[in-house]
Amino acid sequence: MDDKTIGNGSEEVRIGFFICHCGSNIAGTIDVEAVADYVRTLPNVVVSSDYKYTCSVAGQDMIVEDILKYKLNRVVVAACSPLLHEKTFRAATQRGGINPFFFHMVNIREHGSWVHQDRALATQKAMDMARGAIARVKFHKALEKRREPVRQSVLVVGGGIAGIHAALTMANAGKKVYLVEREPTIGGHMAMFDKTFPTLDCAACILTPKMSEVGSHPNIVLWSYSEVTEIKGYVGNYDVTVKRKPRYIKEDLCVGCLDCIDHCVFKTGNTDDEFNQNLSKRKPVYIPFAQAVPRLVAIDPAACTHLNGGKCEQSCATACDRQAIDFEQKETFEHIGVGAVIVATGFKPFDAHRKPLYGYGRFPDVYTALEVERLVCSSGPTGGDVVLKDGSKPKSVGIIHCVGSRDHQTNRWCSRVCCMYSLKLAHLLKEHTDAEIYNFYIDIRTPGKGYEEFYERLQEEGNHFIRGRVGDITDVPIIPEEEGRMIVRVEDSLAGFVRRIPVDMVVLATGLEPREDASEIRRRFNISCSSEGFFLERHPKLAPVSTTTDGVFLAGCCQGPKDIPDTVAQAGAAAAESLVLLDVGYVEMEPMTAFVTEKYCSGCKTCLPLCPFSAISRDEEKGVAVINPVLCKGCGTCVAACPSGAITQNLFEDRQIFAEIEELLVHA
Amino acid sequence: MKYSYFPGCSLKATGRAYEESFLSLCKALDMEMEELENWNCCGATSFMSVEMGAAYALTIRNLAIAEKAGLDMVAPCGGCYGILLKADHYYKKYPTVHESAVKSLKTEGLEYKGTVRVRHPLDVLASDLPPRALRSKVKKPLKGLKVACYYGCRFVRPIAPFDDMHNPETMDLLLKTVGARIVDYTMKGKCCGGAMSGAMPNVAQEMTYLILRAAERAEADVVATACPLCQFNLEAYQDEIRAAHPDLKPIPVVYFTQLLGVALGLDATATALNRQIVPVEPILREKGILADEKKQPATAGV
Ligand SMILES: Cc1cc2nc3c(=O)[nH]c(=O)nc-3n(C[C@H](O)[C@H](O)[C@H](O)COP(=O)(O)OP(=O)(O)OC[C@H]3O[C@@H](n4cnc5c(N)ncnc54)[C@H](O)[C@@H]3O)c2cc1C
Ligand code: SF4
Ligand code: SF4
Repeated sequence: MDDKTIGNGSEEVRIGFFICHCGSNIAGTIDVEAVADYVRTLPNVVVSSDYKYTCSVAGQDMIVEDILKYKLNRVVVAACSPLLHEKTFRAATQRGGINPFFFHMVNIREHGSWVHQDRALATQKAMDMARGAIARVKFHKALEKRREPVRQSVLVVGGGIAGIHAALTMANAGKKVYLVEREPTIGGHMAMFDKTFPTLDCAACILTPKMSEVGSHPNIVLWSYSEVTEIKGYVGNYDVTVKRKPRYIKEDLCVGCLDCIDHCVFKTGNTDDEFNQNLSKRKPVYIPFAQAVPRLVAIDPAACTHLNGGKCEQSCATACDRQAIDFEQKETFEHIGVGAVIVATGFKPFDAHRKPLYGYGRFPDVYTALEVERLVCSSGPTGGDVVLKDGSKPKSVGIIHCVGSRDHQTNRWCSRVCCMYSLKLAHLLKEHTDAEIYNFYIDIRTPGKGYEEFYERLQEEGNHFIRGRVGDITDVPIIPEEEGRMIVRVEDSLAGFVRRIPVDMVVLATGLEPREDASEIRRRFNISCSSEGFFLERHPKLAPVSTTTDGVFLAGCCQGPKDIPDTVAQAGAAAAESLVLLDVGYVEMEPMTAFVTEKYCSGCKTCLPLCPFSAISRDEEKGVAVINPVLCKGCGTCVAACPSGAITQNLFEDRQIFAEIEELLVHA
Repeated sequence: MKYSYFPGCSLKATGRAYEESFLSLCKALDMEMEELENWNCCGATSFMSVEMGAAYALTIRNLAIAEKAGLDMVAPCGGCYGILLKADHYYKKYPTVHESAVKSLKTEGLEYKGTVRVRHPLDVLASDLPPRALRSKVKKPLKGLKVACYYGCRFVRPIAPFDDMHNPETMDLLLKTVGARIVDYTMKGKCCGGAMSGAMPNVAQEMTYLILRAAERAEADVVATACPLCQFNLEAYQDEIRAAHPDLKPIPVVYFTQLLGVALGLDATATALNRQIVPVEPILREKGILADEKKQPATAGV
């Protein structure tokens, strides 16, 4: 062992040991005085004392004073988990005038008093652990945290209400924002609604002003019809590649006059209009809806005759007096650098085909809720007329709640918004058709400001509420009134018998699911997801918009089902967290990273593919591995894998670990 | 192709037409069915809910015997098929249930290791035959015969190894292959009433009625089934149902194996058509599928 490298050089190692009672949390099970007495006898220990709450200001001051009084150059605290107070005690150590990495913490609470009952044995274990720490801390080195500057820009992925709100907040704070939206327009699901619960304010009236603000904001670069294909780098310094799909329109020339649409050779739509949930047709050259942002048309290559290799006179191009149509357009890539990323990719409605008993796709007048949102909307496929497939108005409507949600065969979670939007649709359908409306529910869940009141209002309006999960929908009648209609079969669990309720229209309140490409996006941005596939926040209570990757934040339904108020609140929080990062201006990197000792590295490349954070590259000139300390998270994988023992990790050096293990095992 | 054949009690009693037509069909298609040695009652549908341990032991015993034989086990009755799959599932999922049965198996020197593949005739006929094997043997295509394929619930729910749980199609495809026209109706996977026809006949008959009526409205000439209990419920109670619903016309309910047999030109004993309560021959003659031979005995025998 090379004693010169111990500590700062050849100076004598002087350790101070402090053991905490944590009230009775630790002292109740461990004889802390005995441990302190024992540690005092160990080599290099200059002072050893116990204290009721070491993390208190007085406790910290005691450490600082002892460092000065006894000229300590090492500090060991035996207390709770380092997750809780490592930071606190490192700071105290630093205040005492020594490098904070000369501190080490022993967890005798979670690993000791809380999991043991035998006082003598628990005390013995605490002594052993303390002895290990005393042995290891001798070999600690002074380490420095690195600082890296943070780029003053942010990437927002997804332009639903979450992405829109986050982008505007950041932009208004003076930051540069890149908003990347996959579809030709921003707006997300909210743009499809007629009204929003519980206030029934018009969705477009509250959304489109924000959309246009995004479109015209000097700090926002909006790339619609685009996707992030690659992201590299680390917190504060991400390098992003964005693919811009060809929309066959020169964006700088198109003014959105829509002449081209009028002059398309197809006089009526020839392909399903996805914005209207395929309830109507659109032309190959189209704009998703009147208030789309950006107000640019797009040409759908799947529906356009010319782009399909067919012969077309291209009347759209001739009609455009600005020569904005460009059939030669190819996809392009943009490369940008940002400091933070907000992922706001939203949700996907549950596919109603997966509940075949409800007849979606089998009976023409079974609709999903989103389809009905379009039907009741005055700019929707029927101009707001609620008519069935045969053109008639429904006289009775059944709304089935929880379709695909709270169901062990499909999704187990509650989708949170379906009860409320079902109530909203019940109100709107009644208003439009004066039909009898039946809500079939398991529980009505209305936790929100004004939500329960809205439910009461619906009851007063004369809507029917039947508690029971619908068994199936059948077209086989028993009595003349059922003839030619759909019959909802349900066990009315309040009345206690099975009912058959004939209706003309069925609305399926389909739940909210992660998007199909969620796991791909998750991998691209190196974030986690919960078992059901929604992106995972760092902590469910205390870090609800952060992720396990620093500098990547979450907003809206990509993190879990929620309504618009919660989505907007979360988007604001994600923007605020990003702002903190950008405004501090630098990021501090923990020093417990790995490094390669060049003279030992054989250049075998074993470590390269193993690093989960792609932090290792190869210096081709020298033929050795190089670890980027900024990317290294200190997981230790490469250290263990290197056959030459060429990789060392700060704070986890072999001699530190072995010294600790040796002392721990002395008793065994 | 060789299989272990597990008839269950029904196919030896009310479902004899199923056994006779199935076995002769297999013979015609070179599929060997070797009846399981010393088999016992499958455990039936409700026994497991009443007394799990004993019912499981009863069922698993059959699986243990089949495992010894080392062949896929074909169970034509929907009830048997469902309960055998269930027992196998329990074996794999709930070791404690199996432990209780180990002792009873041991008394006979039996054990079960979970390797038996339980199959339904629909599955075997649709997946194991070489392509076109069925089509090439068709002598009397069921041209013009409108069939309502009725699957019932037991062999698609809760476990559906070979077909869609709510919209099964295997029978449709098989009968289409031999020339039948399959009518579209929404009741093909609904419950026939099952054992309720004994316990609560009015409830069961209401269920049966809806199925028959849906088939009738879809203009089916005949209903095809794949389970002896479904077949019995749908056919045997038609008179009683008619007392409550006079509009219901008599409609023949046959096993799909009988129709396949007819298409392959098998004789009347092989297809067991004479065992029907609601005669099916007149329709088959009317469509020109069976020759208009007056010689055939028209009496229903058992
Ligand atoms: C039928 C129905 C009715 C509802 N009614 C109401 C109501 O009345 N009131 C209310 O408060 N809430 C309502 N909600 C809930 C509401 O829809 C959500 O709270 C809200 O839409 C969530 O917004 P978001 O931005 O998180 O997601 P989304 O609206 O889904 O937006 C996500 C956006 O990201 C884009 N995107 C996705 N993936 C990518 C990618 N990889 N790259 C780039 N862009 C991507 C999408 O194209 C989309 O524009 C309703 C929900 C449904 C299903
Ligand atoms: S492409 Fe030309 S015609 Fe079409 S909307 Fe743009 S400016 Fe108008
Ligand atoms: S595994 Fe070790 S020896 Fe091989 S390249 Fe990596 S650091 Fe060098």
